[in-house]
Amino acid sequence: MFLSLSVICLTVAVLLAQVNKMTAKPIADARAMKLQNAISEVVPPFDNDPVAEAYLMPDGMGDSLLVYPAKSGDELVGFALNSFSNNGFSGTIRIMVGLDMEHKIVNYAVLQHAETPGLGAKMTDWFKESSKPGQSVVGRDLSKGALSVTKDGGEVDAITASTITSRAFMEAVNRAYSAYMEDASTGATASTGKEEHKPLVEGGDKNE
Amino acid sequence: MSKNFKVLINGIIKENPIFVLLLGMCPTLATTSSAVNGMSMGLATMFVLISSNLVISLLKNLIPDMVRIPAFIVVIATFVTIIEMMMNAYFPALADSLGIFIPLIVVNCIVLGRAESFASKNSVISSIFDGVGIGLGFTLALTLLGASRELLGTGKVFSMTIYPEQYGSLLFVLAPGAFIVLGYLIGIFNRLQHKAG
Repeated sequence: MFLSLSVICLTVAVLLAQVNKMTAKPIADARAMKLQNAISEVVPPFDNDPVAEAYLMPDGMGDSLLVYPAKSGDELVGFALNSFSNNGFSGTIRIMVGLDMEHKIVNYAVLQHAETPGLGAKMTDWFKESSKPGQSVVGRDLSKGALSVTKDGGEVDAITASTITSRAFMEAVNRAYSAYMEDASTGATASTGKEEHKPLVEGGDKNE
Repeated sequence: MSKNFKVLINGIIKENPIFVLLLGMCPTLATTSSAVNGMSMGLATMFVLISSNLVISLLKNLIPDMVRIPAFIVVIATFVTIIEMMMNAYFPALADSLGIFIPLIVVNCIVLGRAESFASKNSVISSIFDGVGIGLGFTLALTLLGASRELLGTGKVFSMTIYPEQYGSLLFVLAPGAFIVLGYLIGIFNRLQHKAG
């Protein structure tokens, strides 16, 4: 009895180890590919390797975000920030926000979410609908103040029937911007000098 | 051969796991928000069913009765883990949309049910046919359910537009729609089967 169960478990363990070894590289490749695609989607054209040059930057809200700098030649052209919000309708929302050097949103990509299909899940395209400037965040200048939905007195039209998701999305974008400003305030970028100096706190390592 | 064919058809129609046995309702209701999701869930389960039926019918004389359930579960969990890794490696988008329901195939009562009631009592060949039959039945049911919900909810089938999206009712993509559509499909299936036999 013990013997047969042990033999089965042992065989199975060896088999699984083999399959794991076989698939480990493709899985890692697929993840890297997804990240790479998200980055190139949200920042201006670049020729460096943002993933290799990524670093953590505090977001001023007790967490740190991964920042992927995009460079063309030696010049910085923008940043992709891996931001998140825990205030979605269901679970964490993770987005990649791309900002150029003029504090404007270039584009965004939703990396992970569990919002309701047909409602909150529309955020993957809703906020970049170029034909509807009221709801698009692309091109918005964040130095003019944090983004919020019209219901909260802001300028962005929320997703119909999904205000909670929209608010969470705005939170993630604003979080990305505050990390961007932290970055700018350290002098790494040539910014408009609007930022205030906050102490760099090494707290919260909520990266993936 | 005709016996094996009977086993195959049995799984698709007479003992269809969804429409007749009403087994494995959790993945059925949760993953059929679109035809593609339903079909891939069905195919993943079919792979696990065939492989576990095959292995268990091979091992049936080596496994003592007292530990047969743990032994079956270990075999099933192995194949589920394999397909999960394969999906993550080669179909990451699909793995993302099915999420937790892939590992949950382990606790799908169809798989253990077939191992216990069929594979542990029958020959290797007919166990494989049983796995294919039940797996096809499951896949067909899930694809049909997914396609109906996608059509009613978004006006598309397999992402091909049939009618404009604004005429669709979101209800069918959400959880209540799964119950409603499943109920009607079971009704239609029973009606057809009644007529035929």
